[in-house]
Amino acid sequence: MNAATAASRLVIEGLNKNYKINGGEITALQGIDLAIREGEFVSIVGSSGCGKSTLLRIIAGLENGYSGDVRIGGRRISGPGLDRGMVFQEHRLIPWLTVEKNVAFGLNGLENDKRDTVVREHLDLVGLAGFSKALPHQLSGGMSQRVAIARALVNNPQLLLLDEPFGALDALTKIQLQQEILRIWEMERTTMVLVTHDIDEAIYLGDRVVVMSNRPGTIKKIVPVHLQRPRDRSSYDFVQIRKEIFAEFFAEAEKPFAYAI
Amino acid sequence: MASELTNPQLQKLNHLAQYTGLSLAIIAVWQVLSHLGYLNPVLLPPPSRIAQTFWELFKSGDLPRHIGISIIRVLEGFTIAAVLGLGLGIVIGLSRTMDRLTGLIIQVVKPIPPIAWIPLAILWFGIGEKSKVYIIFLGAFFPIIINTIDGIRQTDHKFVEVARLLAVPRFKFVFQVVLPGALPAIMTGVRVGLMVAWICVVAAELIAASSGIGYLIMDARELSQSDVVLVGMITIGVIGKVMDGLIKLLEKRIITWKIAFSGN
Repeated sequence: MNAATAASRLVIEGLNKNYKINGGEITALQGIDLAIREGEFVSIVGSSGCGKSTLLRIIAGLENGYSGDVRIGGRRISGPGLDRGMVFQEHRLIPWLTVEKNVAFGLNGLENDKRDTVVREHLDLVGLAGFSKALPHQLSGGMSQRVAIARALVNNPQLLLLDEPFGALDALTKIQLQQEILRIWEMERTTMVLVTHDIDEAIYLGDRVVVMSNRPGTIKKIVPVHLQRPRDRSSYDFVQIRKEIFAEFFAEAEKPFAYAI
Repeated sequence: MASELTNPQLQKLNHLAQYTGLSLAIIAVWQVLSHLGYLNPVLLPPPSRIAQTFWELFKSGDLPRHIGISIIRVLEGFTIAAVLGLGLGIVIGLSRTMDRLTGLIIQVVKPIPPIAWIPLAILWFGIGEKSKVYIIFLGAFFPIIINTIDGIRQTDHKFVEVARLLAVPRFKFVFQVVLPGALPAIMTGVRVGLMVAWICVVAAELIAASSGIGYLIMDARELSQSDVVLVGMITIGVIGKVMDGLIKLLEKRIITWKIAFSGN
């Protein structure tokens, strides 16, 4: 074990994942090597079908059967655990449970007062203190996703996995929630792994951006983002990084024409 | 101001008219055709005659007695069916092993019409109340158990994943996710079960009874009193509708999170 992996929370080495479809085998992920430090925010970008969600589901413990090594705090992942929380693209709130019961869904083995306190703290954290008695269908998309984040954080996981959590939100709500997740990250110091197809989002949030290629899913490039937060999406450095990542997806860059009269 | 007040009322009235319009039109046409002599009163007596017979039977206490007896039989059979159907349905729905153990017998017994059980039911339980309750139980049991199992099996896989991620204990998952999620299907099973219970009570009473709505119909048939037959038929229809409405009301009270397609 070298120094880099020793300080890492999550270590992925030589990860392969195959799917059997109609008797044939499809390689979803091939030779993935990635070490994520404690407290780091890592974004993973790739086009749809590149296996980035599969990678996240393997880390979450929702996929079984992979070859290679995925270790968290030195232990090989073989199933879900409370050390990892996950937020999906759909909020997945249980429609008949109130907001507070949805958040308390993941809290088990606590006394009632203790549980209520933890739920209240987490609703405060995502800015939904006044909505504890609401049902999910009474919430907007952004609010639902906030509840989902609170639910995922309720057991204080060391690692929060975000699977395109803002993909279904409108542009303004999306930006709001991106700022919100940064604020939560800075407060809680949870290690974050975000999967997205939005390059801007990946750069805005991540300490590093992992660029994945399509079929089979491999890591093409890892781009460090050495920019101060809060980041300005139109700053020169931001745009340069965006260009660099863009170039990974569209080899033949379109030449922009500008006419000045 | 006035129009704001009356508009919702007008709309309500309009909906009521839409709701009752077709039935009232059929009764009106039926009455007129009878008056004009197009309908043989022995084969199909006019609505006015049926109403009159209804009133006479009601006043004499015969009709309430028959209704009461039939309702008690339906409720007895239906209650047993609901308790066993829900209980077994939940147990089978939650266990693959139980499903394999009971699957074949349920699949084979289910398509047998309850009426086909009548000869055996009479041999086993005699011609008293027990045989009728047994027939009703059989009719109501299968829709309830099948829908309960189906409802449980349709638990959204996405919630299963969330529960796994959060290490939610099984009993909590069952009570907070599986059973509430199965509730709409269970309520459908209960409503279908109640409807089948009414079909069965009449069938059972047609064959061996000296009371009940089914008996009233059968007795009137032998005396060629088609007006009494129709009173019995309509009574069953109305009671069935009222009971279904009560369950729907209950469903609405329990299932508050569902925003269902309402037809428009």
